[in-house]
Amino acid sequence: MQAGAQGGRVQDLRVDAVRALRDAVFTGVVTFGLLLPLIGFETVTNIRDELTLTTRWPLLAAAVVIAAAGRFVYSFAIAPWIARRAQRPSSRPIPAWRYYFKKWFVPFAIGFVIAYPVLVILAVGWGGALRWVDNFGIQILIYMMLGWGLNIVVGLAGLLDLGYVAFYAVGAYSYALLAKNFGLSFWVLLPLAGILSSFWGVLLGFPVLRLRGDYLAIVTLAFGEIIRLIIINWTALTNGYAGITGIPRPTFFGIPFNADDNGFAAVFGLEFRPLYRVLFLYYIILALGLLTCFVTMRLRRLPVGRAWEALREDQIACRSLGINTTNTKLTAFAMGAMFAGFAGSFFAAREAFISPESFTFIESATVLSIVVLGGMGSQIGVAIAAIAMIGGTEILRQLTFLKQIFGPTFDPTQYRMLLFGLAMVLIMIWRPRGLIATREPSVFLKERKAISVDLVKEGHG
Amino acid sequence: MAQDASPVLRVEHLTMRFGGLVAIDDLSFEVRRGGIAALIGPNGAGKTTVFNCITGFYRPTEGRLALHRGDAAVWSALEDLTASGKRGVVRPDGALFLLERMPDYLVAQQARVARTFQNIRLFSGMTVLENLLVAQHNRLMLASGFTFLGVLGFPSYAAAERAALDKARFWLDRFALIERADDPAGELPYGAQRRLEVARAMCTDPVLLCLDEPAAGLNPRESAELNELLLRIRSDHDVSILLIEHDMSVVMNISDHIVVLDYGVKIADGAPEAVRNDAKVIAAYLGVADEDVAHVEAAVGL
Repeated sequence: MQAGAQGGRVQDLRVDAVRALRDAVFTGVVTFGLLLPLIGFETVTNIRDELTLTTRWPLLAAAVVIAAAGRFVYSFAIAPWIARRAQRPSSRPIPAWRYYFKKWFVPFAIGFVIAYPVLVILAVGWGGALRWVDNFGIQILIYMMLGWGLNIVVGLAGLLDLGYVAFYAVGAYSYALLAKNFGLSFWVLLPLAGILSSFWGVLLGFPVLRLRGDYLAIVTLAFGEIIRLIIINWTALTNGYAGITGIPRPTFFGIPFNADDNGFAAVFGLEFRPLYRVLFLYYIILALGLLTCFVTMRLRRLPVGRAWEALREDQIACRSLGINTTNTKLTAFAMGAMFAGFAGSFFAAREAFISPESFTFIESATVLSIVVLGGMGSQIGVAIAAIAMIGGTEILRQLTFLKQIFGPTFDPTQYRMLLFGLAMVLIMIWRPRGLIATREPSVFLKERKAISVDLVKEGHG
Repeated sequence: MAQDASPVLRVEHLTMRFGGLVAIDDLSFEVRRGGIAALIGPNGAGKTTVFNCITGFYRPTEGRLALHRGDAAVWSALEDLTASGKRGVVRPDGALFLLERMPDYLVAQQARVARTFQNIRLFSGMTVLENLLVAQHNRLMLASGFTFLGVLGFPSYAAAERAALDKARFWLDRFALIERADDPAGELPYGAQRRLEVARAMCTDPVLLCLDEPAAGLNPRESAELNELLLRIRSDHDVSILLIEHDMSVVMNISDHIVVLDYGVKIADGAPEAVRNDAKVIAAYLGVADEDVAHVEAAVGL
């Protein structure tokens, strides 16, 4: 019996292998046909300025072999594995490690981000730490905060906002202009920038929130562009394309971070290092980010948060229960815009220079893709997506060793969008509703059960 | 709650036109306090349109929809209110609202008219309990100081939330949904979803409960249970019920007043017994055998 079963399995494997081989050959032929004109031939201008046709057979062969091998691996190993996985019963007992992971992940993550600069300094020293704290730490945290802010609008209230960067810009320019012209401090202007941004959120919201779905998305997209064009063209106020320079930096309770006698290092009797300011900024944005996250989580458990989610699920039912949908949408817009305003004023204070270049549509798209990749409505998902996307871009910048392989003109950051697109496609195939595809109920009687996102609606504005 | 003669809802000369189509033509009827009134008629008769007018989802072309709560003496203010152009009057002894002047969410919030939908509209990705808390939004919103006190964690909000949870638990108990309280609403079986929608409407403390085909898709045992539930709600709480229904076992057993619509026109209005034997209703609803057409047409006056 045993031998018979074994023989059957070998037989199955052989059938699988033959099928996979057939798939691979077919893929190879298609790839060859497609890439023959694209990669196989190249036109080169020679020294006499004539266009000549050269061939690149090795490169073509490599592409065909890669495609065929990839298809073979997929057909032989990955596809059967997916099929086996699909056959497993959907309700399995949750393994114990997952419970402990869930319980300890958040405290551990918060502890890690607080200790992160110290760990970096211990690992690479004071000199090398600047890059890791500034490019990785602060940059990721800004986008994480923006992601959490947009998550209120898109993830909870289900309003597709493609112009989120407008509020980020309002926050940044509010801080820059008020700090430069009136000399107000960062800590006064931070809430003011948030208020101004949410004011613009409400102002935008009034006319457009009667639109739904795609129409809302288009109008918010236009709003983002309008704000940018105003910034470019109102040169008397904003200095147009040239931007605003010399924006005052935040101070440590009035003590500036510079090499002067009354600077931070001198006052505390330390040796001057530029890293002190970066560390200070890191902890500011960390505090702002955590504030955003905790306020959002708190709001979810309050009536307004439940109304946002109910709005995403069914607006007509909301109206039949006496919920003023216009006001509820406006609060979501204002709240999201406020956090973008905080992030914007921090951005201006960190860079000390802002220009319209920093507030293009691609920023809105990046923040939105962080929210979508992370799983709409999920705080942890957004955090993971921000780390992956922004951290990934930064890592590409650091991969200088690739220059030794591909030549000195090779710039890995140029492939950023390609990798973005690839990541998007993969996520859409494997986790169409984002990395974290469950919804945590905001309240429970006996036991908190995760809700499969299949039941949760995306919202249509 | 003993039934008395004073109406809770008075519909007068309601007309709704969509372009050239007259969906409802000069419809007048009353729903008595503590009563169960049924609105029946063939498909496309305009029943749901009447509901949408009452609950503010449509603004009627013509007509007056007056809703009252509290002391019957408040009805005397109706003509003054109509002339004043205001939406309603609230007096210490009661309140009177003109529903045709109010947007949908105010009809639910101030006039306290709750409704369910023909095709169930639950918040399917939220739990059963959350559905019932969303229904208590306005009271909780006040208690949370429009979110500001709630974010800061004031105890007044915690108390209000406990009260809201108690109320939700009460209605879950009453509708036999307490075991499913923490399950997503979209996962409930169909009959339970229907019950949940009624429970959610009851969480808004309605004066008038409008049910759009509550028994649609229920099996006979489930509709019998629904009858029980509706009768109990009516007897235990100060609420009047207006329902659209095709299931005659529900309509005839529980309603004490039936309005029959056909092509937007009221063709009968009265107690179940009278309506059941009305020739016009039989003709509109059931149709008649070929040999009886002449006879019925004569009786109906065609």
